[in-house]
Amino acid sequence: MTTSDAPPVAAPFLPSLEPIRLIDEEGRRTADSARGGFDLPGPDTLLALLRAMVVGRRFDAQAGALAKQGRLAVYPSSRGQEACQVGGVLALAEQDWLFPTYRDCVSLVTRGVDPVEVLTLLRGDWHCGYDPKTHRCAPQCTPLATNASHAVGLTYAARRKGSDTAALVLMGDGATSEGDAHEAYNFAAVWNAPVVFLVQNNQWAISVPLHRQTAAPTLAHKAVGYGMRGYHVDGNDAAAVHAVVSRALAAARAGGGPALIEARTYRMEPHTNSDAPQRYRDDAEVEHWRRRDPLARLEALLRSEDRIDDARMAEFGARADRLAESVRERLARPPRRAADELFAHVYAEPTPQLRRQREAVRAARARADHVGNGGR
Amino acid sequence: MARVTLAQALNQALRDSLAADPEVVVYGEDVGPLGGVFRVTDGLFAEFGEDRCFDSPLAESGIAGTAVGMAMYGRRPVVEMQFDAFAYPAFQQVVSHVAKMRNRTRGNVELPLVIRIPYGGGIGAVEHHGDSSEAYYAHTPGLRVVTPATVADGYSMLREAVESPDPVVFLEPKRRYWSSEDVELPVRTAPMDRAVVRREGGDLTVIAYGPTVDTALLAAEAAAEEGYDAEVVDLRSLSPFDDETVTASVRRTGRALVVHEAPGFAGYGGEVAARVTEQCFHYLEAPVLRVCGLDIPYPPPHLEEHHLPGVDRILDAIDRLQWESAWVPDTRPVQAPQARAGVGA
Repeated sequence: MTTSDAPPVAAPFLPSLEPIRLIDEEGRRTADSARGGFDLPGPDTLLALLRAMVVGRRFDAQAGALAKQGRLAVYPSSRGQEACQVGGVLALAEQDWLFPTYRDCVSLVTRGVDPVEVLTLLRGDWHCGYDPKTHRCAPQCTPLATNASHAVGLTYAARRKGSDTAALVLMGDGATSEGDAHEAYNFAAVWNAPVVFLVQNNQWAISVPLHRQTAAPTLAHKAVGYGMRGYHVDGNDAAAVHAVVSRALAAARAGGGPALIEARTYRMEPHTNSDAPQRYRDDAEVEHWRRRDPLARLEALLRSEDRIDDARMAEFGARADRLAESVRERLARPPRRAADELFAHVYAEPTPQLRRQREAVRAARARADHVGNGGR
Repeated sequence: MARVTLAQALNQALRDSLAADPEVVVYGEDVGPLGGVFRVTDGLFAEFGEDRCFDSPLAESGIAGTAVGMAMYGRRPVVEMQFDAFAYPAFQQVVSHVAKMRNRTRGNVELPLVIRIPYGGGIGAVEHHGDSSEAYYAHTPGLRVVTPATVADGYSMLREAVESPDPVVFLEPKRRYWSSEDVELPVRTAPMDRAVVRREGGDLTVIAYGPTVDTALLAAEAAAEEGYDAEVVDLRSLSPFDDETVTASVRRTGRALVVHEAPGFAGYGGEVAARVTEQCFHYLEAPVLRVCGLDIPYPPPHLEEHHLPGVDRILDAIDRLQWESAWVPDTRPVQAPQARAGVGA
């Protein structure tokens, strides 16, 4: 309950206009000037990043194919954003929480969630297929930016209980326009909550380009107004994303406050399989980003430094293929969840009204079974 | 016995909840050192410290959203929305997350949290301070929506709301904050999901909740002087709805009217009337009537008396319950026995 006359100091919070980059687009180590004071992670970390990205991309392609076959209701692809999702998730510690959106299936697979459980939502089987507490992954959030304040509340509660749990919130560029993003950023900074907001700026919010979304120099600049640190990072450089998220998480855990990281990347695929991107963007733009592929970049570095060879890459590929095959097999049959479950989780115990409706649904089901498919 | 106001009873319920369970936290706008604009959190900051009772930034969606996160980590947040109309920014959090988290996660994540909202008019306040927003919440599956009308219920229902494994929208009738009763705290009344008969009567049932229960009781006394013996049911829980208590009363009296402050159109009273009709049709002597707020934005304080349902409007409605065309039992022998489907079964 005191006020201070000390002048505010914004400078340490300011992000760089040029994104932090540790590996350039040709797969070479960058010069000191591009690194923003960050070091390239060690070879083990780089190999883990590449392996997870290879697996993630294969999973993503498989899910896209399943959507085309009608086995998924819809699939919003992560393709092109693997460095953000893998780099961010591999920076998390065991006790940390991940708050993903619908576009972040690869982040969940990277976190170790069963891929079939990841796809439960998009398959239309249930809303969230995994137990959030098992892997400390919140349900994938569809109302944009609304899960950001959940991460603030969770980590604030954990911190007050003496735990060093931190959280990583995944958001898109469009989500930064939502009021809930503003409220979450502000709460996080005021409460000194150990949260890192990783904005995957993939340039498009469905059909709306970034320049219609914001007038800020970078999305990371928004951090300054809340009194938290902003970082601007190359989102197709897995090493850079991992390094920056790691440092931001460590600082937040140590009481240094939350951070807002903008990772500049690109959504290579349509918004979902039902989108029509030719109506709003040029193939040339997609081609420009295809040459900046995050997987190729990291692989090139590791090959040039003799950290990986064809055999190891084939091993990663085989691992990815096995995962895809397993997903394919396990999703071959349509889900058949009992209608009773509709009433099971609305309240701790079904209310009298829900019990009556459950009976009515059961009776209708029994009648249909009795009459056969032609019955009503 | 001590004289206790509703605000004091709510305050004591929060104090006892904080003392009973170390996971309970109370926060919101101005709830800390000030004790809330209605003083419902008075003294809690001093007694329990800022770990347990604290001010938040002025942002209702953030308040509700952070409560979701805290509950995910095992705390039991009790958050305050300063006024009914200022809770609207939190609506998305309440509807999309608070209400649905248990369902979305197949029961793996429950959110035992309470959102306290002072609601309703009658305190001479300017615009945005008198809304009755209960129907928005009651329409949302996954929420429990309760509202106390008495001092004892204020204490008991808030304790129960904090203990509930389900999220509870706790609507506090703000014009009753300063009404008082002789009551010994702590007190436990009927379970919060049950309606209660506040006055027994045989001629008609007046169904009310929150701020209109007192009005209904006053009207029942006035009606008695005119020869009508009115039963008054206090719903207490708007969701879930206690069909059993309401149905039993209306089947006994044969006439019903429902009273609330919110505009009648598409309002909570429509649900009550429909349910009563569905379950008491053969017992009804007259259509179920609604005595509600006008279908207007909440009026300026100098005109709110026209909007709020008062004793006179309830008495007028009682007069319209078709007393002149009372149903006469048909005692002629039945020609062909016909099984009638179980009424209301």
